[in-house]
Amino acid sequence: MTQQVPVQVTVNGTRHDVVVEPRLLLSDFLRQDLGLTGTHVGCEHGVCGACTILLDGEAVRSCLMFAAQADGHAVTTVEGLASPGGLHPLQSAFHEAHALQCGFCTPGILMTLVPFLRDHPAPDEREIREALAGNLCRCTGYQNIVVAVRQAAADARAHSESESARA
Amino acid sequence: MKPAAFAYHRPASVDEALEILHAHGSDAKPLAGGQSLIPAMNFRLARPGVLVDLNRVTELDFVRRDDRGEIHCGAMTRQRTLEHHTDVIRGAPLLAETMPSVAHAQIRNRGTLGGSAAHADPAAEIPAVLLALDARFIVRGREGTRSVSAERFFTGLFQTALAPGELLVEVVCPPPPPRSGWAFLEVARRHGDYALAGVAAVVTLDERGRCADSRITLLGVGEGPVLAARARKALKGEPPTPAALREAAQAAAAKDVDPPGDIHASSAYRRQLVGVLTRRALAAAFERASAGAGDATKR
Amino acid sequence: MPERYVGARVRRSEDERLLTGRALFVDDVQLDGQLHAAFVRSEHAHGRLRDVDVSAARRRPGVISVITAADLGDYWRPGPLLVPPPPIPGLIFHTCTQVPLVRDKVRHVGEPIAMIVAQSRYVAEDALADVVVDIEPLPAVVDLEAAMAAGAARVHEHLASNLAAHVVQRTGDYDAARAAAHRVIRRRFRYDRGLSAAIENRCVVAQWDARAEELTIWDTTQAPIPIRNGLAARLGLLESQVRVIAPFVGGGFGPKIMMHYPEEVLIPWIAMQLGRPVKWTEDRQENFFATTQERGQVHDAELAVAQDGRILGIRDVFLHDTGAYDPYGLTVPINSQCTLLGPYDVPAYDTEFTAVFTNKPIVTPVRGAGRQHGVFVMERLLDLAARELGLDRLEIRRRNYLSRDRFPYDHHILFQDSAPLVYDSGDYAPALEEAAKLIGYHHFLHEEQPRARAAGRHVGLGIVSYIEGTGIGPYEGARVTVEPSGQVRVATGVGTQGQGHFTAFAQIVADVLAVRIEHVHVVTGDTREFNWGTGTFASRGAVVAGTACHAAATAVRTKVFDLASRLLETPPEGLELVGGAVRVVGSDRSIDLGALAAQANPLRGAVRPGTEPGLEATAYYGPDRGSTASGVHAMIVEVDPETAMVTIQKYVVVHDCGRLINPMLVEGQIHGGVAHGIGNAFYEQLMWDDNGQLQNASLMDYLLPTATEVPPIVIGHRETPSPLSPIGLKGVGEAGCIPTGAAFAQAVEDALADFHVEITEIPLSPDRLFQLLQRTPPQRRNQVIVEGSYVFRLPRAVVWDALQDPAVLVRALPGGMALEQQGEASYHGAMRVGIGPVTAAEFTVRVTLLDREPPQRFAMVVDGHSGLGFTRGTAQVSLEEDAAGTVMRYRAELQVGGRIAGVGQRVLDTAAKLMTRQGLELVHRELAGRRTGEASA
Repeated sequence: MTQQVPVQVTVNGTRHDVVVEPRLLLSDFLRQDLGLTGTHVGCEHGVCGACTILLDGEAVRSCLMFAAQADGHAVTTVEGLASPGGLHPLQSAFHEAHALQCGFCTPGILMTLVPFLRDHPAPDEREIREALAGNLCRCTGYQNIVVAVRQAAADARAHSESESARA
Repeated sequence: MKPAAFAYHRPASVDEALEILHAHGSDAKPLAGGQSLIPAMNFRLARPGVLVDLNRVTELDFVRRDDRGEIHCGAMTRQRTLEHHTDVIRGAPLLAETMPSVAHAQIRNRGTLGGSAAHADPAAEIPAVLLALDARFIVRGREGTRSVSAERFFTGLFQTALAPGELLVEVVCPPPPPRSGWAFLEVARRHGDYALAGVAAVVTLDERGRCADSRITLLGVGEGPVLAARARKALKGEPPTPAALREAAQAAAAKDVDPPGDIHASSAYRRQLVGVLTRRALAAAFERASAGAGDATKR
Repeated sequence: MPERYVGARVRRSEDERLLTGRALFVDDVQLDGQLHAAFVRSEHAHGRLRDVDVSAARRRPGVISVITAADLGDYWRPGPLLVPPPPIPGLIFHTCTQVPLVRDKVRHVGEPIAMIVAQSRYVAEDALADVVVDIEPLPAVVDLEAAMAAGAARVHEHLASNLAAHVVQRTGDYDAARAAAHRVIRRRFRYDRGLSAAIENRCVVAQWDARAEELTIWDTTQAPIPIRNGLAARLGLLESQVRVIAPFVGGGFGPKIMMHYPEEVLIPWIAMQLGRPVKWTEDRQENFFATTQERGQVHDAELAVAQDGRILGIRDVFLHDTGAYDPYGLTVPINSQCTLLGPYDVPAYDTEFTAVFTNKPIVTPVRGAGRQHGVFVMERLLDLAARELGLDRLEIRRRNYLSRDRFPYDHHILFQDSAPLVYDSGDYAPALEEAAKLIGYHHFLHEEQPRARAAGRHVGLGIVSYIEGTGIGPYEGARVTVEPSGQVRVATGVGTQGQGHFTAFAQIVADVLAVRIEHVHVVTGDTREFNWGTGTFASRGAVVAGTACHAAATAVRTKVFDLASRLLETPPEGLELVGGAVRVVGSDRSIDLGALAAQANPLRGAVRPGTEPGLEATAYYGPDRGSTASGVHAMIVEVDPETAMVTIQKYVVVHDCGRLINPMLVEGQIHGGVAHGIGNAFYEQLMWDDNGQLQNASLMDYLLPTATEVPPIVIGHRETPSPLSPIGLKGVGEAGCIPTGAAFAQAVEDALADFHVEITEIPLSPDRLFQLLQRTPPQRRNQVIVEGSYVFRLPRAVVWDALQDPAVLVRALPGGMALEQQGEASYHGAMRVGIGPVTAAEFTVRVTLLDREPPQRFAMVVDGHSGLGFTRGTAQVSLEEDAAGTVMRYRAELQVGGRIAGVGQRVLDTAAKLMTRQGLELVHRELAGRRTGEASA
């Protein structure tokens, strides 16, 4: 009889109480058990970054974690980014800058960048490129992704300035 | 690329973990950050029968600076923490500065200090840096706790002084001595890749501006991190002139290593890199030492 | 709403689905009762399949079915020849296409041998280890020249040699050109390609609905319609019974147009057999073997050049690696042959190639598709000529460009599409001038570079030209429908893998029908929506299907005017389309397109004779031949000669793809292509050893460029419309990666001018650049070699005897557990080896001692096999007496296969040395122990 491990995990704000086989990868759990297929799987050895998700707000590879290890943690996937009101500003910046083509790597890149921009509100080109270096994209040559990140950062700064001006 | 089945334990304390490891013997493997182990499991190169997940052992996740200025890091300290923690940045700056060269942020968010040290990959940055820093490794078994010097901890290819059933629980980094400087340099094919070769250097000047001591460690060029003894000897007592650095670098390349060749770099190319990187790292380290940046007392 | 959408930077309509994770990719399909497949694949590159024992796998709980070639019955058939070779006189071509599962002989690592279907992919992979495959290894055919040597092993034994094809094309009189030449420049060039490496691996899901008698297949293909037609024929179904859906596809770059992959044939079949949906998702490890790739050519080329730098003629003879099978015909080498000519006037061209079968995965087009090989040869020859003649790099190119008044220009040879190689249009010199300006050519040469050199920095510039044959036939079609809601539907056969077709086609249709682009809905990649067409390849999607969309929309427009003319009682000339309505010019009388659509499809009454109901039209576009895009790439690099690392500092592309539908999409295509080209130039290389084992079968070792390796790219657009297309289009999909290698080589050479390094090969790597700087010949890493000596403090006779004793010999094996003598000098046994994170695996071992000359020397062969792969060590051992005892000298070569070969290379050398040393120490200890024992006895 295969061991089953109980897991309580909050995904995009929804709590799930499940049992899983220990070897089930977090990426497979999200995609297959929860049907959150926006998290993509490209290499399953931690290089391509397509499966990047947020674990307690920090970017991690979901192919390099077991679902059982998410017990007691909060996971955010790309499905949790946009609000009912519309796209997350980073998503909008990607659209505006044509920062995606086939879109397969895009969810992982977005999830990498959300905490990056939180920690680096005014990143320079080198910082942006280094932050992106853990995600492979075969379509865009990264150029428009860099443009989108710069734009999203500028928009966020402008927004917070206008917020503080109003305050 | 799905892992083979295994039995899973998630102890909450070191004692509990040690009991589980003991009960399962060589079949059990501790799981720290998993950023090397899980890929190997997905390839089914690693097939541990029992995984002992240390991620709930919160007592292993700490950074503390003691009154002697030594930095104590729990084995489960994330690499991301080493990069950003003020105590590490102040007390073991070489360690903090090296972190951006360790893979990518997503990996460092999971990867741990102890996991990398115990994995002892010859191309990994953390073992080389800990060896350069002359760190101490606190190891616990069911019988008790012992302290192992860095030179004794790394014993070979993916091998350490950890006995079966023992856990690395803490790494202690001594503070940089006065008039010391440090540098880390590596050549990797892409940003974040395992280095083809790399150098971590800690140098100390005497009062007359001569090299009092140096710990130069090389990665990617041996069975484990290599402490460059010939280079150290060549430098001792010398003023850090370009000629002296060149000579030390040459000693490191010619005598301290017999680098392996692989698909990315031949042995000869690695040897060349060792020479170049050692020279450059020493120059940077001595510059810092002379500038007094290493004087911990000034901060 | 812009006045016209075509030409504008219209944002993509597909983005929102992709950005929010809602877009459906094939692996996202999950059906009730779905099963999962995994494949047993060959670890050997070449060998006879003696037996496959699947009995244990069939018994494993959770396994539903295990299929071998024998189980397929009549369904076992080699695949089709996808692209028959062009009718070139004297052409030789041997068709050998891939098989669904190996029946008798494996021809490359990773070739599928058995299929396992289980409840989950995890269980299916568990069962892979249950299958016992018995292969008798044969010598592998790896190197192109060795493959063509007499006596070489043959990949296909019914053929006389490994020659897959031989093609000669000639125009002009090269011998006369050579005789008249001021200089003849001759070199050997090597150009190697690599993987498509789409981030999405391949995936096939199939579901058989027994009640509807309908098969639905979701497939990551660039060509859903041909896949449907082929599978219907193969399965004995009507085409209408098979629906193939290529939803969002996560990057194509060529290999996703192969047909049929073994998995594409087997998954639908097993789904029908089992009556349950089955999914197979390729994993990254499989992708290195199971998806087609592009590889190397070796060119012996010469350029006959006049004193003023004009090209008099070119002769090029090359070998092309086609892999184990050749289902894609000769597309890649003919592309190389034709694209070599570039934008230049080449009066005499004498070109010959031999395509060679090797024991490596199948070669089919990957972005660029052989074009970069040709461009590399031509541009390097021009660089060498410029240097010899003392000409500026730009000047030699200018002097040889075909001028703009020479189009259409016929090269008098045949292109890959079997049409004559005729350039439709072009204007090359202004592109060169623009690129030179954007990169700052003169400033760099006269100021930056001298300044940098004076400061000890090595910077260099590369600037090269290329053309790209695009937009070839046979045809594509589109159907445009105006619905009563006023919404416009467009359906076409070409699938999309990120190019932005949804948006580009909508732009074209919106302009023709004067509707808002938000009201145009494009559907691609579903055979139920549109079932005529060929697919997305050869930079043709936008050109061919775009033109078809234009034609269909134009036909709808005619219907709109005809009907509106009746309803508004105004002749069509007096009508105009404005903002989704037809209006009488100069009045406010109008009728909405939606209302018109409703009128065109009445529920009662009669449709007028000679008309069709609805506002719908289908149109096709089939160009006689392709259109020729062109451009110039330039880059500035800095090289650190001490570390042999290269950084690209600046990159410029000036591109001419005719009329731009959407500059934003075109730029995106170029950016991605350049990144792929940079990978090809310096990072990506498939490394095969002499046994046909791939030594870098993971993304840790196969290096795709990341954001830190790809520089910012500056793009200049030029528009020379194609006269072939009613809207002037040319393709753009591959241009970005075609000249990159040539530009990189020139730039690095320029940076290292002081070192007189000549670069005649791509990809480079730091290691190879180091060798070039050191003037050492290319060293292909092939196997691990362990050399050394060991001193036994024992007499030679004792050592000799001990080494023939299995009880001692077993100590020399890493993790040796047991060894028993089988024959006079052969032993069988087991060892348990693990290292670091690799769990110790049990290897069955055969040790054979050869060439024994007691007590001086012997050779030893150790064959080991385990679930991790296999090893073969060959050691030469000599024993010499000296004062200390006996000196053993050894030289061992270690070859590995299977998983350890693909992902273990990084530590193999160190591990082998370590294990050898440990083994010898253990032997010594054992011997010393015995002596002590003897002495005390």
